[in-house]
Amino acid sequence: MNAVVTPDASLARVRGQVLEAAGIADRDLERALGTLMRGAVDNADLYFEVSRQESWTLEDGIVKEGAHSIEQGVGVRAMSGEKTGFAYSDEVVVPALLQASAAASAIVRQGQQGRVQAWQPRAGHRLYAPIDPLPTLKDDDKVALLQRIDSEVRALDPRVKQVVASLAAAHDVILVCASDGTMAADVRPLVRFNISVIVEDGDKREQGYSGGGGRFGYDYFTPERVLDFGREAVRQAIVNLDAVPAPSGEMVVVLGPGWPGVLLHEAIGHGLEGDFNRKGTSAFTGRIGERVASDLCTVVDDGTLPGRRGSLNVDDEGTPTRNTVLIENGILRGYLQDRMNARLMGVESTGNGRRQSFAHTPMPRMTNTYMLAGPHHPDEIIASVKKGVYARNFGGGQVDITSGKFVFSATEAYRIENGRLGAPIRDATLVGDGPTVLNRVTMVGNDMALDSGIGVCGKEGQSVPVGVGQPTLRIDGLTVGGTAGDMGGDE
Amino acid sequence: MTARTALSLQTGLGTLQGKVSDVLKLAKQLGATQAEAHANFGTGFSVNVRMREVETLRHQRDQGLSVTVWLGHRKGSASTSDLRPEALEESVRKACALAKYGAEDPASGLADANRLAKNVPDLSLYHPWAIDPAAAIELATACEAAALDHDPRVTNSEGASVSTSEGLRVYGNSHGFLGGYPESDHSISCSVVAVQDGAMETDYEYAVARDAADLPPPAEVGAEAGRRTVARLGGTKLETRTAPVLFPARVARGLIGHLLGAISGGALYRKSSFLVDALGKPVFASRVTIDEKPHLPKGLNSAPFDNEGVTTTERRLVDSGVLGGYLLGSYYARKLGMQTTGNAGGAHNLVVHDTGKSFGELVQMMGNGLIIADLMGSGINPVTGDYSRGASGFWVENGKIQYPVTEITIAGNLKDMYQHILGIGTDVDRRGGVLTGSILVEEMTVAGS
Repeated sequence: MNAVVTPDASLARVRGQVLEAAGIADRDLERALGTLMRGAVDNADLYFEVSRQESWTLEDGIVKEGAHSIEQGVGVRAMSGEKTGFAYSDEVVVPALLQASAAASAIVRQGQQGRVQAWQPRAGHRLYAPIDPLPTLKDDDKVALLQRIDSEVRALDPRVKQVVASLAAAHDVILVCASDGTMAADVRPLVRFNISVIVEDGDKREQGYSGGGGRFGYDYFTPERVLDFGREAVRQAIVNLDAVPAPSGEMVVVLGPGWPGVLLHEAIGHGLEGDFNRKGTSAFTGRIGERVASDLCTVVDDGTLPGRRGSLNVDDEGTPTRNTVLIENGILRGYLQDRMNARLMGVESTGNGRRQSFAHTPMPRMTNTYMLAGPHHPDEIIASVKKGVYARNFGGGQVDITSGKFVFSATEAYRIENGRLGAPIRDATLVGDGPTVLNRVTMVGNDMALDSGIGVCGKEGQSVPVGVGQPTLRIDGLTVGGTAGDMGGDE
Repeated sequence: MTARTALSLQTGLGTLQGKVSDVLKLAKQLGATQAEAHANFGTGFSVNVRMREVETLRHQRDQGLSVTVWLGHRKGSASTSDLRPEALEESVRKACALAKYGAEDPASGLADANRLAKNVPDLSLYHPWAIDPAAAIELATACEAAALDHDPRVTNSEGASVSTSEGLRVYGNSHGFLGGYPESDHSISCSVVAVQDGAMETDYEYAVARDAADLPPPAEVGAEAGRRTVARLGGTKLETRTAPVLFPARVARGLIGHLLGAISGGALYRKSSFLVDALGKPVFASRVTIDEKPHLPKGLNSAPFDNEGVTTTERRLVDSGVLGGYLLGSYYARKLGMQTTGNAGGAHNLVVHDTGKSFGELVQMMGNGLIIADLMGSGINPVTGDYSRGASGFWVENGKIQYPVTEITIAGNLKDMYQHILGIGTDVDRRGGVLTGSILVEEMTVAGS
């Protein structure tokens, strides 16, 4: 096998950092993959990862703790038809690599050592700088940033009684090599700022939350940006002090732009992941080409947005990420694929093979999932509703992929009465049916926005960072789970 | 896996305790006034069988060490999955460096020395399962087969899994405490899909135990998964109404789980709890009594000492509806002017007393109302107790199940819900850290069409 002529400087750097530092040479990789490629094994891969993370937390106006963690290891996988054998080691050394390879290949009972293709270095995108974000700000300045926002937020409103703020960064370096010759690396910075406040007014108490981040250094958190997060947390908490019980029953719901796009993630995105559709367990199985939304709706999963939390230069199988059209003018167009499910369904990977870490197996996962802008001004959308609910911010959501039923929980919402926003309403869960909900979209705003960089998606116990987005949407019929009576239908 | 760092459960406890001691010594040398360290090691595997074929075999092997140091009352922490001496040294140095940036916080520090566990009782938490992947695949196959064969409408599957893991936990601190113990967890689970009139439903069943001998036969788990899934077919929306709601034991655990967050020290201190200042007050209906039993043999949340080495003790947490205590570690206990309750890291086995009614009797008692099958989403406001979640279940009239319902929500406020618990079943679910029977709540808003 030839020495690698890298098309990508970061590949060479990562090889040095991850493999050479551990004394792992090309022949060791070939030997490990050869052990994995026994008998009926179609494909095998090795995934090396070195991850460093830190977090700084402020409470009571002081930084109580800085924490630092290092995780490193190698995951090895052998695939044979629909079978997967997997093992990992948190020691990146040759004997551990070979032992893990032997364990993973046990999924196939016997067979001779197989052939491994010549390395073909894969170039990914350049969506973010290959930097280590941890040292991009002096530790003193991290502490100062948190202390400054604490005093700024308390000064915004005397009702602010508690502030918890945190600053975190991760530097994730990965290298994947596979039996088909794939060799790719990625250096993934990720920073995050969170703030939550408790406000008190008489005996009423409420919480507000904001935050954001992306694949940058700490310089992303300019004083203005951090203060904006602080203002937003306080604003939400204050609004909710006056919240009245939410209505209950099916009604017109207008969703705000940005993070409410969690609707698309739950109602549409998960159901289009290749594994569920290969197995036939998704409510969307076999529905490509069918109408699943009104013709105002075009939804994509785009892993190629620069700097976004859900973006990747290459996925965790070394495939460059893509912009995949899921729904085009209401018609279901495509699924999200990793390599294994793509192979079994006879299509190409869409660059959505992701894993939480070396200790987890890849699955088809979303990146940044959003709906494209439509023709309507957001004011026009609210003005069109006689009676309904406007939901501006959400907590999380969940979906039952098989039945298609999904929920997401509003944390800031208002009644709409005669085309105008009324009183804020208490937290309420919204429930709907994924394959039919977008058929009820009657207006789509021209104000498409992505979320601020806070999404974490969980699937089968694995968490990965994701993004969502959407313009303002009017949906004629979602069930709102409040405690007050039904407001009656619209118009 | 190399000779240098090889760990096994036989020799591992001593090895891990040695690493913790080394780390504490080094922290002291580097100027730490106090230090503590947690170390863990775990190994095991899981198999998944889908549509009667092996789908995955996963081997698991984890290790890690985390160290916290104090320079006076300034704190820094670091963790690593690399347990070689040079990596451990780097972690201790990193923790010390971070502590220099921490602010002086008088409440911060180790638990008081006189509260630390004097001995580590054997709680029967370690029962290795002598099973190899081939045998586990046979069990999983039998489990899934029972689900697939339960009813012709069960046509597809997410598979059945069998998993086994065993591990070690070690904790030590600079008061001289050093304790550790082995533990094991084994499980069987199954999830299948059923179809009727073109509409699919899925559900699952599982069993988990410290000792594989306590697991039910795999076919029993599979048949229950099949039964649960088929029962959900043909669900309709319900018209919006108020109604009593019966939380079967499996979901009732979550209802009590919300109490745990609300009475934990951090939430109380930050006042981000709907139960601020509730100590000594009736927070539940008077028929509700809850004990914490940290030393239940083979208990899934049993622990001889908490995350700070503080001895765990049995106590009554809720007595005839009245909240008798909080869940505190040393830090927030000091902030609140109280004493640690041995709950750094959480609660250890909550046992909810039943009110003498079987599940069937609770359904009769309810008359007309909703039995929950499954809850979705996280629609709970921890500050106000507002509760609103997606649900599916069964509508009951005159004590008899009428039809399955889906795509609905149930809403209320946890404070009211706790006060209006009408009964707790004898059908205790033992598969988690909250041991409770089914719970009947007098009235909630059920939203549908």
